Amino acid sequence: MKKRGSLLVLFMSLVLLLSGCSSITVLDPKGPAARTLSDTILFSIAMMAGVLLVVYVLYVVFLVKYRGSKTKDDYMPPHEEGNKWLEAIWITIPIIIVAVLSVVTVQSTSTVEKVAAGYEDQKPLVVYASSSNWKWHFSYPEEGIETVNYLNIPVNRPIELRLYSFGPITSLWIPQLAGQKYAMSDMVNTLNLVADEQGSYLGRNSNFSGQGTAHMEFETLAMSPGAYSEWVEEVKTTASALDETEFKSLLATSYVGRKTFSSTHLTFSPAPGDHSDHMKHTDMENGNKEHQENKAEHPVPANPEETKFDAVPNVNPNEPLPQSPAEDSNSDIDHTSHDGK
Amino acid sequence: MKWDEFFVTGEPMIYGAMASIVLATIAIIVGLTYFKKWGYLWREWLTTVDHKRIGVMYILSALIMLFRGGVDAIMMRFQTAVPENKFLDAQHYNEIFTTHGLIMILFMAMPFIIGIMNVVVPLQIGARDVAFPRLNAISFWLFFAGAMLLNLSFVIGGSPDAGWSAYFPLASLEFSPTVGNNYYSLALQISGIGTLLTGINFIVTILKMRAPGMKLMRMPMFTWSSLITSVIIAFAFPVLTVALALMMFDRIFGSQFFTMSNGGMDMLWANLFWVWGHPEVYIVILPAFGIFSEIIATFSKKNLYGYTSMVVSMVVISLLSFLVWAHHFYTMGQGAMVNGFFSITTMAISVPTGVKIFNWLFTMRKGKITFTTPMLYSLAFIPIFTIGGVTGVMLAMASADYQYHNTMFLVAHFHYVLIPGTVFAVIAGFHYWFPKVFGFKLNERLGKHAFWWIAISFNVTFFPLFFLGLQGMTRRMYTYSEETGFGPLNLLSFAGALGLAFGFIILVYNIYYSIRYSPRETNGDPWDARTLEWATSSPIPAYNFAITPNVKGRDALWSAKHDNQPIFDGKIEPIHLPSNSGKPVILAGVFFVFGFALVFSWWIPAIISGIGILIVLATMSFDRDHGITVSVEEIIETEKKLRGETL
Repeated sequence: MKKRGSLLVLFMSLVLLLSGCSSITVLDPKGPAARTLSDTILFSIAMMAGVLLVVYVLYVVFLVKYRGSKTKDDYMPPHEEGNKWLEAIWITIPIIIVAVLSVVTVQSTSTVEKVAAGYEDQKPLVVYASSSNWKWHFSYPEEGIETVNYLNIPVNRPIELRLYSFGPITSLWIPQLAGQKYAMSDMVNTLNLVADEQGSYLGRNSNFSGQGTAHMEFETLAMSPGAYSEWVEEVKTTASALDETEFKSLLATSYVGRKTFSSTHLTFSPAPGDHSDHMKHTDMENGNKEHQENKAEHPVPANPEETKFDAVPNVNPNEPLPQSPAEDSNSDIDHTSHDGK
Repeated sequence: MKWDEFFVTGEPMIYGAMASIVLATIAIIVGLTYFKKWGYLWREWLTTVDHKRIGVMYILSALIMLFRGGVDAIMMRFQTAVPENKFLDAQHYNEIFTTHGLIMILFMAMPFIIGIMNVVVPLQIGARDVAFPRLNAISFWLFFAGAMLLNLSFVIGGSPDAGWSAYFPLASLEFSPTVGNNYYSLALQISGIGTLLTGINFIVTILKMRAPGMKLMRMPMFTWSSLITSVIIAFAFPVLTVALALMMFDRIFGSQFFTMSNGGMDMLWANLFWVWGHPEVYIVILPAFGIFSEIIATFSKKNLYGYTSMVVSMVVISLLSFLVWAHHFYTMGQGAMVNGFFSITTMAISVPTGVKIFNWLFTMRKGKITFTTPMLYSLAFIPIFTIGGVTGVMLAMASADYQYHNTMFLVAHFHYVLIPGTVFAVIAGFHYWFPKVFGFKLNERLGKHAFWWIAISFNVTFFPLFFLGLQGMTRRMYTYSEETGFGPLNLLSFAGALGLAFGFIILVYNIYYSIRYSPRETNGDPWDARTLEWATSSPIPAYNFAITPNVKGRDALWSAKHDNQPIFDGKIEPIHLPSNSGKPVILAGVFFVFGFALVFSWWIPAIISGIGILIVLATMSFDRDHGITVSVEEIIETEKKLRGETL
């Protein structure tokens, strides 16, 4: 039974290795949310290593001591019904461990769902991140710009990603900045994150959504606020605007590289059940609400003037009625039609 | 429909598979005809209602499905062994991981477990058969029809490709326009009906068919685990039935339950799926716990430690298993409160599971441990499964799960639970009860060789995946780039997968070798075991026990051997047995045609075969079948023959 012993040594050394290792993405956080998660993970590994140790020690001792080849031929093992004290011990201690982990879980979960501590009084940068067959659209309503397959953010400013999908469920995950969350077609999910170090971080879709899932990677570039403003200005002056026709053809294309636009698709194709103003007054900490609940309260606006985004600068009141982007190009990719249209 | 839409084309491997299917079918037909075995096959196997034979057929099917699922696994590991591999394209890879999951869970683990339940449970409680023998045959044949339907999708029409969880809207007609997910909804439905019937059958069997004196708290632990599993089946499978029916309506009849338009709710599918799916995990793991309990007690030469707490912990696990489903999608955005609730219920399951681990350890304490092949698998189970268990607790923490969800860490975790748990258990049980059914042991030397290959390779295959997950590799990625740095660990994992495959080849070779060379047993109790199934002779006569056993305590056979408490103190009486019937296999055949026609929306054949199902069911209802009676003389004659006495 040498193998078990070596397995144990292996595991323990890995635990030690993990805590100081920076090549492991999840344990190399670059923002408060990911740091909370990394600490939680390391704490749980330490606790679980203790559990493993107890089980492995008992296991090795009993296997070595009570193997048939070592006992006398006439040895008859005793009849044992159990022992209520021993059983009480191995019920009580796990309950205590679970209780400790439960507290840690509930605390850390509500921490990462909220805006990170120390950043609450800053106005968050809202970015709508939406997925369509195997690409990511990032719309910055505040700046009035949009990118495809890359996300630029300023450091040390809370980012509020609002996630939704033009098709199958996807999951936006930038492991070094925050945990993942689903993007779905009929509601908007909110993911709060802050990058407190400049750098390039890989993001991806982690939820299988069809043939191109493996290619749904994007770069998240955390830059200084100055560089970020410069980039926004540059986009506004150099990039072309995104109109509805172009957006439809974009949606219909399976794979595209990086793209940049000086307007967002939100003006003509709002996010599902958007109620961003209202959300702030609800008690939902993570800012999402069942779309179905809100349907009655917040029907899709009859004209774009009623669509209230956070400081949408370039709503044109003369534009035609809001239409689902994909109505023509792909008959059923339509996240608004369930509102009875 | 054109022919090239009907058959899957364009892949050399699939042409190979088609050719081998055709050749194997021809070989079987020619072989059966040449050796004049059609009658034998029909009389002794296809129409049998004997629980032991049905069990053997379940296990045989499970082994074949293990091969199919294993080939899928090797192909997946080969594809991801190096960055940018071109062995499989995305579509093919997606079909393969989908069918790997479906086959391993529903058509390998479940039937293997149910097969062992079929063989062992009636014997352990001293019954002559299950409560509803013919229903049992229907269960098996429906499972078999479902399994064949799913496997057919590989060459005809295309396999399901939206993952074994088939999340909507991806699995809807809009995003998965091939018939693959039609197969999913119908194959799982047909075999699921079979499983549900099995659950009901075993609840009744265990509650009503126990021998005199076999009180509930005297039942062997495997029987207890089967009872609790059957109850979970009866509560969980109806949810799957409903979910699959709605899926079928969405895909075939144009309803909008889970679609993106007209008020469809994609999250509803995820909820329904996991309300069934999580209890399903315990359906395959609890009987495994029962198998390990039997084997560890037998080869420690000691009674099971903490019997009562073992039973109570299983009941608690079964209740909690229905309260944890949302931990499969913490990331759906339901907020900290809901996630907190499901985290706590999930972690709570570790308490009763831990109780079981400690009870097994303390069963071995002061024991006299012998390292037979089944015991080796049970011993390997404890440390490996504990890793699966503690990583399960880590995954249960909602916040941390935001980083593990959908990654290889999760993949590593559930393989660390399901392989040492379920797969080691069924292999251990296979080695353990093999001499009971066939009258000879599997070769121990080859068995141990296979064990070491499997146990070590398993860790080489799956331990690296924990790290790949933490490095950001997600599951279901058919390829990755060199820069990700995922290459070396994936290559190591592929090497492990080859080792696992080699271990399974030794295991299969061992079956062949033992059939030819293994010495035949003369007594029914080759392991010096403790429970009732070893009290009858091996192989087992059709009626199981010549005299109805009279049970006076737990571990009835052990008491009989050591405390002088005879089990068979009655006298031989005529025995009533159910008679064979061809209707279950015919029913399943019609179900198969029905399912296949619906997959392709061929309405006329579907309607005709749908009516056919009703007709077969109706004729079954009006069957007058009084079974057969085995006379006392016949019993005495059979018993003498089994003991090797000359007549």
